[in-house]
Amino acid sequence: MTTSKIEISGLRKQFGDLVVLRDINLKVDAGAVIALIGPSGSGKSTLLRCLNLLVIPEGGRIRIGDDAFAFDGGAKLPGVREQARFRSNTGMVFQHFNLFPHMTVLQNVMEGPLSVKNMPKAEADALARRLLDKVGLSDKVDVFPNKLSGGQKQRVAIARALAMEPSVMLFDEATSALDPELVGEVLGVMRALAAEGMTMIIVTHEIGFAREVADRLVFMRDGVIVEEGPAREVIDSPKEEATRAFLSHFHNRG
Amino acid sequence: MYTWRFDAVWGYRDLFLTGTAVTIGLTIAVVILGLVVGLVAGLAQLSRSPTLRWLSWLYIEMFRLTPLLVLLLWFYYALPMLTGIKIDALTAAVVTLSLYGGSFYAEVIRGGIVSIEAGQSEAGLALGMTPGKVMRRIVLPQAIKRMIPPLMNQSIIQFKNTSLVSVLAVPDLLYQGQIVAMETYRALEVYSVIAAIYFVVLLPATVIVKRAEKRLSQSN
Repeated sequence: MTTSKIEISGLRKQFGDLVVLRDINLKVDAGAVIALIGPSGSGKSTLLRCLNLLVIPEGGRIRIGDDAFAFDGGAKLPGVREQARFRSNTGMVFQHFNLFPHMTVLQNVMEGPLSVKNMPKAEADALARRLLDKVGLSDKVDVFPNKLSGGQKQRVAIARALAMEPSVMLFDEATSALDPELVGEVLGVMRALAAEGMTMIIVTHEIGFAREVADRLVFMRDGVIVEEGPAREVIDSPKEEATRAFLSHFHNRG
Repeated sequence: MYTWRFDAVWGYRDLFLTGTAVTIGLTIAVVILGLVVGLVAGLAQLSRSPTLRWLSWLYIEMFRLTPLLVLLLWFYYALPMLTGIKIDALTAAVVTLSLYGGSFYAEVIRGGIVSIEAGQSEAGLALGMTPGKVMRRIVLPQAIKRMIPPLMNQSIIQFKNTSLVSVLAVPDLLYQGQIVAMETYRALEVYSVIAAIYFVVLLPATVIVKRAEKRLSQSN
């Protein structure tokens, strides 16, 4: 069977009079890595946040795995419990990490399994240590987040998201707030995840990384998908003028 | 040269003691009741219902922006005229002080909760927590730490505010002192003793607040 892992159809969102997403349609295969690029205000972050219902769309459908929600006019909006269950199936990594400052690194990673899945403490502890080892932070388990560098914080945030054993990972400009020398360690973790076959949607400005790791690239502008295709193809020879104009900012740099 | 005569006041020590007990008891009552009122009003400020938000806003601003002395007189003398129900001075004092204190607590509680960055709630929601769980496990543990010093400060102010109930003849420390002053004609000694008692009771409290603030600034 080759049904897609994620299916978005006719997705619409507006904030007041401002239309942020208009009729977005996208399919993502299981294990695929999608890079979502575009100028700021293009709606890429909103699209990502719609996928885990941090933003509730006004219209359209979202399906992730077997979980589907319709947002059209008459459709009943999901209740808070349904939303929570839906979200627990996707992992989200934020630009500003959003680690819980009142918990240690280990507690941050255990929090999801403990409070959402009611996992026994010993099991959550073992899972969290394994994931922190995987992101290269096993020496930081008992440290509070304020003692970490930006790159370390973001790796903890990735481990925290992975602890829910999500079927999809969403990255919202995960490296944009990092000092340049710390970007590599986070991209390294993301690269390893992609290699393991995790389905990922990555909002990013790292065009080089997108070209190397992403299977497909989606270019958005003004709330619509302007161009979509195999990442290398789109980056090396964009078909649309808008895509070419946007990418030229990166090619010309340094 | 004025000759201090504390011995003239010493004979009334029982009145000072019972007055102090009334003041402390009254403070404890209005702090607890005020915190309950403040928590309800503070959470109502953050409610999704516009009616609840508007009602709590009206309550908070009405009480915050009216002098406490005016409120006390209004609740004791004016409210019975409006409702026809006579309330005794102590009840009027407890109700007024609780509602007055509650309006300040409400702002501290609301402010503490909104001071937690939206990203914290989003991170909790993204893990699959319900909004209630996010409030209990992520937002409140961080917010309460920030609220404790201002709540304690507000309670210290409440302790001093209770002295105003003497105008309603509630037998608190100041009221008892006024009786002693009238009987002994030793106003200087009496009011000095009263000031000293307020100071001695509140000094340890301010030290505790300072320590709490310091601990707070050290942890994360």
